[in-house]
Amino acid sequence: MLPDPHSLSGPLDPAPEAGWTDAPPRMGFFTDTSVCIGCKACEVACKEWNDVPGSGLDLLGMSYDNTGALTANSWRHVAFVEQSRPAGHPAGVAGAGPQFLGMPGAQPPGRAGGAQGRTDFRWLMMSDVCKHCTHAACLDVCPTGSLFRTEFGTVVVQEDICNGCGYCISACPYGVIDQREGDGRAWKCTLCYDRIGAGKTPACAQACPTESIQYGPLDELRERAAARVATLHERGVGEARLYGHDPGDGVGGDGAFFLLLDEPEVYGLPPDPVVTTRDLPKMWKRAGLAALAMAAAAVAAFVGGSS
Amino acid sequence: MAEAHPVGFQWVMEAKRRGAKVFHVDPRFTRTSALADSYLPIRAGSDIALLGGVVRHILHNELDFREYVLAYTNAATIVSERFVDTEDGDGFFSGFDPETGSYVQDSWQYAGHESDSGSGHTAQERDTAAGLRHESHGAQVGGQTVRDETLQHPRCVYQILKRHFARYTPEMVERVCGIPREKFLELAEAWTANSGRERTGVLIYSVGWTQHSVGVQYIRTGAIIQLLLGNMGRPGGGILALRGHASIQGSTDIPTLFNLLPGYLPMPHHADHPTFDEWVDSIRHPGQKGFWGNARAYAASLLKAYWGDAATPENDFCYGYLPRMTGDHGTYQQVLNMIDGKVRGYFLLGQNPAVGSAHGRAQRLGMANLDWLVVRDLFMIESATFWRNSPEVATGEIVPEQCRTEVFFLPAASHVEKEGTFTQTQRLLQWREKAVDPPGDARSELWFFYHLGLRLREKLAGSELPRDRALLDLAWDYPTHGPHAEPVAEAVLREINGYEVATGRPLSAFAEARDDGSTAVGCWIYCGVYADGVNQAARRRSRHEQDWVAAEWGWAWPANRRILYNRASADPWGRPWSERKRYVWWDPDAGQWTGYDVPDFERTKPPTYRPPEGASGPEGIAGDDPFVMQGDGKGWLYAPSGVLDGPLPTHYEPAESPVRNPLYRQQANPTRKVYAHPVNSVNPSPPQEHSQVFPYVFTVSRLTEHHTAGGMSRTVRPLAELQPEMFVEVSPDLAAEAGLAHLGWAHLVSGRAVIEAKVLVTDRLTPLRVDGQIVHQVWLPYHFGFEGLVTGDSANDLFGITLDPNVLIQESKIGTCDVRPGRRPTGPALLDLVADYQRRAGIVPGHPAPTLTPGALAPPAPADGAGKGRDAS
Repeated sequence: MLPDPHSLSGPLDPAPEAGWTDAPPRMGFFTDTSVCIGCKACEVACKEWNDVPGSGLDLLGMSYDNTGALTANSWRHVAFVEQSRPAGHPAGVAGAGPQFLGMPGAQPPGRAGGAQGRTDFRWLMMSDVCKHCTHAACLDVCPTGSLFRTEFGTVVVQEDICNGCGYCISACPYGVIDQREGDGRAWKCTLCYDRIGAGKTPACAQACPTESIQYGPLDELRERAAARVATLHERGVGEARLYGHDPGDGVGGDGAFFLLLDEPEVYGLPPDPVVTTRDLPKMWKRAGLAALAMAAAAVAAFVGGSS
Repeated sequence: MAEAHPVGFQWVMEAKRRGAKVFHVDPRFTRTSALADSYLPIRAGSDIALLGGVVRHILHNELDFREYVLAYTNAATIVSERFVDTEDGDGFFSGFDPETGSYVQDSWQYAGHESDSGSGHTAQERDTAAGLRHESHGAQVGGQTVRDETLQHPRCVYQILKRHFARYTPEMVERVCGIPREKFLELAEAWTANSGRERTGVLIYSVGWTQHSVGVQYIRTGAIIQLLLGNMGRPGGGILALRGHASIQGSTDIPTLFNLLPGYLPMPHHADHPTFDEWVDSIRHPGQKGFWGNARAYAASLLKAYWGDAATPENDFCYGYLPRMTGDHGTYQQVLNMIDGKVRGYFLLGQNPAVGSAHGRAQRLGMANLDWLVVRDLFMIESATFWRNSPEVATGEIVPEQCRTEVFFLPAASHVEKEGTFTQTQRLLQWREKAVDPPGDARSELWFFYHLGLRLREKLAGSELPRDRALLDLAWDYPTHGPHAEPVAEAVLREINGYEVATGRPLSAFAEARDDGSTAVGCWIYCGVYADGVNQAARRRSRHEQDWVAAEWGWAWPANRRILYNRASADPWGRPWSERKRYVWWDPDAGQWTGYDVPDFERTKPPTYRPPEGASGPEGIAGDDPFVMQGDGKGWLYAPSGVLDGPLPTHYEPAESPVRNPLYRQQANPTRKVYAHPVNSVNPSPPQEHSQVFPYVFTVSRLTEHHTAGGMSRTVRPLAELQPEMFVEVSPDLAAEAGLAHLGWAHLVSGRAVIEAKVLVTDRLTPLRVDGQIVHQVWLPYHFGFEGLVTGDSANDLFGITLDPNVLIQESKIGTCDVRPGRRPTGPALLDLVADYQRRAGIVPGHPAPTLTPGALAPPAPADGAGKGRDAS
C-alpha cells in the first residue's frame, strides 16, 4: 500500500491513516477563550478524573496562573494574561473588549484622553491542552509504540508501554508532552480516551461552566468556531481569530484548536508550529542520496584507485 | 460573580452571547470584569452613592414605570408631617435619640399612623437584629393610608424620594465613588432602558454587598430602583442574593439564627412577650392587611410540631418552654461574652470563625476561654486547633498547656454522604440523594442532633425538675434506618411540611394550618413540600417536558410559587403588561387568576375588588394590591417601619474610611453597632485625628479556587495548588509609594492585628481620585489560615467589630490599614507593633470613638421643617 502523500504533512484524516477501519468521526476540543472565565474547573476535573498527581504548591506571580505550563502533572493549563494598553494603541475596533481601568491623573479617572490618564486593560484567559495534532511528531518518533493514534483521531500515551526515552518531548512543537519526575515516563492529555470511548464528554469540557471548552466531532467544531468568529467580528471584536483550525497548517491542523483574542505568542503559543518530523522524508531522501553518493564515491575511489 | 459563583456566571455569559451588555462595578478588576463589556472601578463602601445616583437619574428624567409605580408602590402615600429627611437634618432623619444612637420611628410613619404604627424606640430591635424577620413579609404598618394619585403632594413618598436623592448627581457619584460621570451615565441609561412593559431587569448580588455597616440599606437602594423600574413580581425581574454556601436561604427559612424561629417567626423576648397571645399579637399588627394576619395558626402549629401531645391550647402549646431572648445574642456579642467568661460551651457546625469571621484574634481568644467546644467539620480546621497552633500561641496569648477549652472534634458527613434538601436563592428546594456512605465515624447533622437529643433525654429521664420538661416533652421520635440508626430525612421533611394531628395527613397549603392544636407544622412557609405524602422537592421533570417555568422541578416556597408577588406581572386591570412579559393574569370568563405560575393572589379576587372600610387581613388587600405580605399591599419605596437606620438609604462612609463624608457632617451610620470591649477597636476616620496612621483601604473577597475560610479547599490538593499562598494585590502606584516588590513580602497593620502576605503588583488594582484625594485600595483573599496543605495569615484578622444595626452583619468588606514592605515581626514583637500603631492612632482599647461625629447633630429640626425650602424643587 502506498503511503498517503500527506502522511507527514498536509490535510489528512488521521484515524483511517493509522489503519482504523470504520473509524468514528474525528473528535476534538474547540476552546473559545472569549468566554473563558479562568475558573480552572478544567484543571481540577482533569486531575480528579485522570488521577494526575500534584504539580507543586508554588505562587508563581504570573497573574492568577500558579500552574505555569502544561506538564506531566498538569494536562490542562489556564493561562492568565494581564494586558495594559495605552489609549491610542491600535487595539482593534472600538468597543473591542479593551477595558477602562482608571489610573489617577490630573483629571478624574478615565476623563483624560492621553495615555497617562487612561489605560485600557484586558485580562485574557485561556485553557491550554495537548493539541492532538493531525501530524503528531510525538507519535512518529515513539520507538516503543506507546504513543498511538486512537480511533477518534486523538493521540494517547500508553503508560504501560512507555519506556521513558523522552524522544516525544523534544519532538512536540508545542512543548506539551513531558516526563514525570521520579517516574520517567511521558504523560499528557488523553482527551479522556476512557470517557469518550464510553460515549461521555472529557472531564474538562464536562466541568467547564461557560462552554469555553467544547467537545465534539472536529468538523462540527470547526463550523461552530467559524460562526463564532464571524459573530464576534460583527460585534466589533476584530481581534478574534482561530488558532490550530487550519488543516493546511504546519501540523495539518489540531484536534484541539482555539479561538484567541490576540496573537498566539501572547498566550505562549508558537505562532507557526510545524510538525518536527515534516522534513523526515526529505531528510531520509537526502540521507539516502548522501549514502548513495558516499557509496558511489567509495566505488569511484576503488575504481579510480584501481586504475 | 465569576470569582465566587462561576457556575451561576455561565448564565451571564449565556446572556452576553445573546447580546446582553454586561457592566461590572468592583473595587478591583476581577475575572468578572474581564468578561464584562464595561468595568467601573468603585471606591469600596460607596455603593449607596452609586445606586442613589441611579435613583436620581430615574426620577430626574421621569424614567420610572409610572403606571406600575403609581398602582403598586407606596409612591402616592402621604407621610407624616413630622418626618424630616437627612437632607434637611444634615445626615439624621427625624427621631434620632443620641443617648441610644437609635431612632424613634413615629415621625417616619404614614400620615395619620404616627402613634399606632410607630415601633417606638428601636434600640432593642437593633440588639435582636429584628430586621431579619422581614424576609418573608413587610414590617407592621396600618393598612388605611392617605394617597395623592397625582404624586404632587410635597409629603407623598414620590416627592420625598425625589428630594432625598436630588444631590446624587453624576458629578456627586464621581466625587464619592471615583466613577467618571460618563461611565456612570452609561450604566444608568442601560439599566433604565432595559425596563418597562416589554423588558425587565434582575438585580443579583452576593453577600459581600451586605457586609457593611449600612449593608441592609445597600439592598434597600437596589429595591427602590427595581420598584421604580417595575422589576418586581415580573418574569426576569426581582432581587436575588447569591449566598456563600449551597443552602443559606434554607438556613434562614429554618434558621440557624438566635432571633428567629422557622418561617421568620420572631424568637420571643422575655420582657415583651411573656404570654403566647402577646407574642402572636406582636407578630401580626391589628388592622394589618395581608396574609401575615394568620400568624397565630403558624405559631401554634410550630409549637405543636415541637412538643406534640404535650402542646395543647390550654397550656398555650407549651409556649413557656420556648427559650427567650434577653438582648443581643448575636455571634459577635457571644464571642465577647466568651472572652469575658460568660459562655461555657459552644457548637461549631461547618463553620470556621477562627478564619472566616471578622476580628480573628477575638474569635480565637473567645474559643480559648470555654469549658468545651464541639467542632463538627469535614477537615481539621483552625477553629479546632487554635489552642495549639494559632497566631496567639506564637505571641504567647494562648498557652496550649494552660488553655482551658476541651475541644471535641467530630467528623461530619459531606453533602454527598447524606440526604436532605438544598434551598437556593429562588427559594427552590431540591432534594439530594445520598451518593456514598460517609467514611469512618463521619455522621450527618441529622444523626448527630437526633442522637444527642436521645442521649440527653436518657440522662434526664425521671427528672422532676421543671427546667427539664422542655426537653423531655419534645416530640422526638423519628424513624431510623441502617447500621447507625440514621434518622429518615424524609420524615423530617414531612414534619416541616406539617400534618393533621388526628389523621397524620400531610397538609397541602399553609392555609390549612390551625391555631387549635389540630395541625402541626415545622415551618409554615414550607407547607406543601410534602403535599399528598409525596416529596415534592425530589421532582425532576425535564424542562423539555413542561413549560419554561418548570413548576415540576423541585418545589419553591411558598406554595410552589416561582416568582413572589407575581400579581404585579399584570396591570391593575389584570391584563399582562405585554405579550412578551405575560406571566400571571386575570381570566374574566373563568373569574379567576391564571398563568404560568401559581398566582400570588387570592385566586378569585377580581382586579376591581375594593376592601370595605376598615377591612384587615387578606380581606383588606384590594384587587390591585400585589404585595400581599405588606401591611398596605404596596411595594415600599419608602419604609415607614422595619429598617432601623432610616426609611430611605443615604450615603454614609464606612466605619473606617480615609475620606470625609462628602454629603453630611455625620461621617458614618449613626446607628451602627459598636462594642466597647477591650479587644475591639475602630481605626480613626476623618474628621478624627490620626486617620493618616492607617492611610490605605483594604477590601477582601473570594478567589474562584478557594471556598470561604478554606476548610474545604486548602485541604484538597488539586484546589490548594491553584492558589497556594496568601497574597495582597496592590497597584503599581502603591507598590512604588510603599516600596513593595512583586512576589516580595508585605505586612499590613490595623488597630487589631498585623498580617503578612506575598505581593502581587497588578494593574487590576487602581488608585482612585475621590474628592480631590488619591485613595489607594488593596485587596486580599480571606481564605487563608494556619491549617491545611497551604497556609497563610488570615485577612479577617485585620477587621474590628462594627455591625449593621438591622441584622447585626459585620462590616467585613472594608477597613483601613497601613502597608509596609517585608515580613511581619513574630512573637511578642508583633503585639508591640500593633500597640505602637494604636498609640500613634490614639486608639484606647475598650473606648471606641463615639458613633456620632463631633458637631454633627444639628439642633433638633422644628416639627414643621420637613422639606422646608425644597418643596418647590
